[in-house]
Amino acid sequence: MSKHVELKNHQREIFYFRLRLAISIGFVLTLFGILLVRFIYLQVVRHDYYQTLAESNRISVVPIVPNRGLILDRNGVVMAHNYSGYTLEVTPNKTKGLEATIDELSTLVEITPRDRKRFKKLLAERRNFETLMIRNKLTDEEVARFAAQQYRFPGVEIKARLFRDYPYGDKTAHLIGYIGRINQTDVEQLEENEQAANYRGSDYIGKTGLEQSYEDELHGTTGVEQVEVDSGGRAVRMLSRSSPVSGNTLVLSVDAKLQEIAFQAFGNYRGALIAIDPSNGEVLAFVSKPGYDPSLFIDGIDLQTWDELNNSPDKPMVNRAVNGAYPPGSTFKPYMALGALTLGKRRPEQTIFDPGYFTFGNHTFRDDKKGGHGSVDMYKSIVESCDTYYYTLANDMGIDNISNFMRQFGFGQRTGIDIEGESEGVLPSQEWKRKRFKKPELQKWYAGETISIGIGQGYNAYTPIQLAQAVATLANNGVMYRPHLVRHITDTRTGEKTLIEPKSLRTIPLRQEDIDVIKRAMIGVNKEGTGAAAFAGAGYVSAGKTGTAQVYSLKGEKYSEGHVKQELRDHALFIAFAPADQPKIALAVLVENGGFGAATAAPIARKVLDYYLLGKVPQPLPDDAAKEGDGND
Amino acid sequence: MTKRQLWQRFIEHLDVPLLIGIGLLMLVSLLVLHSADNAGWGRPMSQVLNIVVAFTCMWLIANLPLHYLMRTAVPIYVLGMVLLIGVALFGEISHGARRWLNLGVATIQPSELMKIGVPLMMAWYFEKNEATLTMKNYVVAALLLLVPVALIARQPDLGTAILISASGFYVLFLAGLSWKVIGGMFVTALASAPVLWSMLHDYQRHRILMLLDPSQDALGKGYHTIQGMIAVGSGGILGKGYLEGTQTHLDFLPERTTDFIFAVYSEEFGLLGNLILLAIFLFVIGRGFIITANASTYFTRLMAGSITLTFATYAFVNMGMVSGILPVVGVPLPLVSYGGTSMLTLLLGFGMLMSIETHKKLVKS
Repeated sequence: MSKHVELKNHQREIFYFRLRLAISIGFVLTLFGILLVRFIYLQVVRHDYYQTLAESNRISVVPIVPNRGLILDRNGVVMAHNYSGYTLEVTPNKTKGLEATIDELSTLVEITPRDRKRFKKLLAERRNFETLMIRNKLTDEEVARFAAQQYRFPGVEIKARLFRDYPYGDKTAHLIGYIGRINQTDVEQLEENEQAANYRGSDYIGKTGLEQSYEDELHGTTGVEQVEVDSGGRAVRMLSRSSPVSGNTLVLSVDAKLQEIAFQAFGNYRGALIAIDPSNGEVLAFVSKPGYDPSLFIDGIDLQTWDELNNSPDKPMVNRAVNGAYPPGSTFKPYMALGALTLGKRRPEQTIFDPGYFTFGNHTFRDDKKGGHGSVDMYKSIVESCDTYYYTLANDMGIDNISNFMRQFGFGQRTGIDIEGESEGVLPSQEWKRKRFKKPELQKWYAGETISIGIGQGYNAYTPIQLAQAVATLANNGVMYRPHLVRHITDTRTGEKTLIEPKSLRTIPLRQEDIDVIKRAMIGVNKEGTGAAAFAGAGYVSAGKTGTAQVYSLKGEKYSEGHVKQELRDHALFIAFAPADQPKIALAVLVENGGFGAATAAPIARKVLDYYLLGKVPQPLPDDAAKEGDGND
Repeated sequence: MTKRQLWQRFIEHLDVPLLIGIGLLMLVSLLVLHSADNAGWGRPMSQVLNIVVAFTCMWLIANLPLHYLMRTAVPIYVLGMVLLIGVALFGEISHGARRWLNLGVATIQPSELMKIGVPLMMAWYFEKNEATLTMKNYVVAALLLLVPVALIARQPDLGTAILISASGFYVLFLAGLSWKVIGGMFVTALASAPVLWSMLHDYQRHRILMLLDPSQDALGKGYHTIQGMIAVGSGGILGKGYLEGTQTHLDFLPERTTDFIFAVYSEEFGLLGNLILLAIFLFVIGRGFIITANASTYFTRLMAGSITLTFATYAFVNMGMVSGILPVVGVPLPLVSYGGTSMLTLLLGFGMLMSIETHKKLVKS
C-alpha cells in the first residue's frame, strides 16, 4: 500500500518537475526571442546606421599636400622654390616618455633650445596621431647616425619634407614675403572662405608679400588618399587616390638682377625703390630696405629673434614700398607745374622773381637757396627746384585745385598693387582736414597751409608705390596703369599661361604740349640741374626730379647735415624715367634720412637705369657719385 | 575484441544528437577563430588542442556511472571552497582582480571549478533529502550556493558570480522551490539592488551604466559595446562574408577571439548566420531538456536541467552583451569562444548529460 502511494507521489513529482521544465523551456525561448528581436533591430532596422559607422571606422581620408608653386622673375630666375630635406619627427603618443626620448635624441643629433621650444609649441596645438617635427634639415651624417640607432626610439622617424627657400633672402623679403605655420586666425579665415578642406594636411600658408596675396594660386589642390585603417589609425591598405595638383607658377614682372642691383645700391641706407614699366604697369623692381631673412619665419620664429626684428630702429619688418608714407618734397613740383598749365594758372615762359623767400601774411616761407634764384620760369623752377615759384603757385591754385588735380595721378589713394598692406597716404584737401580732425578749430583749412603743400611738404604723405605710379603715368603721357608684380601665372597641370592683363585705370585729360614742357624740364634736371651730377655721362636721355622731405622742422634755422642726428636727417627722394622720349622704365626712390635727394637717391636711380637700359652692372659699392649738391634740390 | 566492438564501446556512452550539436558549435568556433586571428591558424590550432583535452574529459565523465558521479559532488565542492578561500587569502592579483591561485605547478581559477561544483553539490544535497524535503532544506541549499558566490563576487568576478547564482537558482527552481519563495526572492533582489550597487566596484558600475548609454564614453568603457554593436549592425542580413569583416580585420573589435567572438561571427555571417547559430544552440539546449525530462533520478534531473539552463544562460548573456542589451560582464560564448578552461567546464557538463542519458537504463534495471 505504502509502496503504491510512493509510486503515485513519484508520478506527481515527475509531473511537477516536467511542468517546471516546460516553464524553463519557455524561459529559454523568451531569452532567445529577445536576442532575435535585437539582431533584427541591429542588422535590419539600423543596418544603414551601423554600416556608416563601420565605414567611417575603416576608411581614413589622408590628405596629400601639393607642392607649392614656384615664383620666378620675368626671365625665369627662381625667386621662391621648394627643396626636400630630412626632418626628425616624433609621434608623441608612441614614445616611451617624451622628455626622455628628446634628451636621448639630442645625444645623436643636435637639438637646440630653439628646436625644443618650437616642438613644445607644436605639441600644444597638435592634432591627434600627428607626427611633430623636432629637427629639420638634418645633415646626411645625422640621418645616418639616427638610422643606426632608430630601433631605440619608438615613435621617432626621419621623414623627407619639402621646404620653402628664397634664394634672394632679404633682397626680396618684402616682395616675395614668406610662408609660415597655419595659426588659429588662418584657420578661421580658411573656414570662412570654405577653403579649409583644401588645407587639410597643409602646415603652411603665405603670410606676407606675394606668398600671401597669391596664396590661392600657389597652394595648389590637396590630393586625397583613402586608406583602410585599423583602430590605431595605422594604414592597412590603400583604396583610392586622387593626386594633388601642385600650385601654379607665378612669373613676375620683376627682374631679379635689377632687384638685386637696386637693393645693393642703397648701401647702408634704409629706403624703398619701385621701378615700373610705364607702358603697362609692370613692376620691374620692388625694394624695401632693410629686408630680413624670410627663412626665419617658416618654421616659427623664436621670441628673441622676433623681438630683435620688431624692436630694431631700422624697422626691417615694415614694407616701406607700400606701407610707408612720406612727404614727396620737391618731387611734387613737376605735377604742380603740370597742374598749373592744365588749369591755366601759369604759362611755361611766365616768370616770377625769387628773392629767396615768400611772405604770406606774417609768415615767411624760405627758399633753400640764399638770396634766391632771381627770375624763374617754369623750366628753371623744376631744374633748379625753386621753392618760391611753388609757394606762389600753390597760393594761386588753392588747395582744392591742387588736390583735385593730384588725385588723378593717384596721390593719396591705394594703387591696387597685388601685394597686401598698402597704405593710403594723405592727399591734403579741405575735405580731408574736416574728416581728419575732431575739434572744429582744427578742421578749418588755412590758406597758409596751402603754401607748403606746393613744395611737397605739409600734410602731404605718399607711399613710394604712389610716387612710382605717378611718375610712370607722367612718363606715359597721362595713361595710368595699375602697378602689378605678377606678369602671368602658369598652370602646373596644363602649362597654360594666364596673362595678367595690364589694367589701364584712366587717362588723365592733359594736353600733350603741357606734358612735353614738364618732361623737357625733367630732362633738364638730369642734364644741367640737381640730377646732373648723378647722371653725368649716362648713355641715354633720362628725366628726373630730386626731392628732399623734411623729417624735422628746424624752425627757420639753417639746415646743416653735420649737426643733425642721422635719424632726424631729411629723407632723400628721386623720381625718374628713361629713355625720356620713349620711357621703358619709371622709378621712385626714397632714401630714409638720406639728406639731399641729389646726393643719395639719384645715384641709386642711375644704377638701376644703367642696368635696365644698358645692362651695365655697377661696381661694388660705387657710392662716391654726386657727393656734392648745391644745397638745393 | 573486434575493431567494430571497440568503436562501439567508445561511443557507447556518447549522445549522438548532443555530439552533433557540440561538433557544429566547435566547427563554428574554429572557423570564426581563423577569421578573428586575421586569417591565421594559431588560435584555431590551440583551440583544437583545447577541444581534444576537453573532449577526452567529457568522454571519461560520460562513461562514469551515475553513482560515481554523485560521489564526486562533495569532494569537488569542498575542494572548490578550500581553493576559493585560498584565493581570498593568497590569490594572485591580475587585471585588478584576485581570481587566480598559484599552486606552484599551475595557476588555477577555482571559480571555474565551482561552475560544476555548486550545482553538483546542490543536486546531491536534494537527492539525499529527497524523501523529506522541507523549507529548511531549501535554505541549506541556498547557503551552499550563496557562500561560494559571495567569495567569487568579492574577487571580483561579477560575471562568474551571476552565472553560478543562476545555475544554483535553476537547481532550486527545478527542485520545486515554492513560487511564493521565488516571488519573495525576486522582491528581495529588487529591494537589495541599491545595497548591491553600493558594494560594486567603480568599473562594474561603469559597465552597467554603459548599458544605458555606451556612447557617453565611446573610447573608454563604452568602447567594447559600441564596437560590438557596430560589427553586428553592419553585418546586415547576409553579413559581409567570411574573412571580410572590417571591424574584425581592422582591429576595432577588442577581445575578438574570446568574449566578443560573436561580433566577428555576426559581422561576417549576418542575421542569417545568427539564425543558424541560434538554431544550433536551441538544438543543443533542446536535446539537454529531453535528457532532463527523461532523467531517472532526482539528482540527475536537477543536474541535467541546471547544466542545460546554465548553458542557455551563457549563450544568452554573451550574445546579449555583444549586441548591447546586457552589460559587458566577461562571459564567453559557450563552445565558440577561445579558451581551454571554459571549454573544459562546458564539456564536463555535457559529459554528465551524456552519462545521465546513457546510464539511466542501468539504474532502472
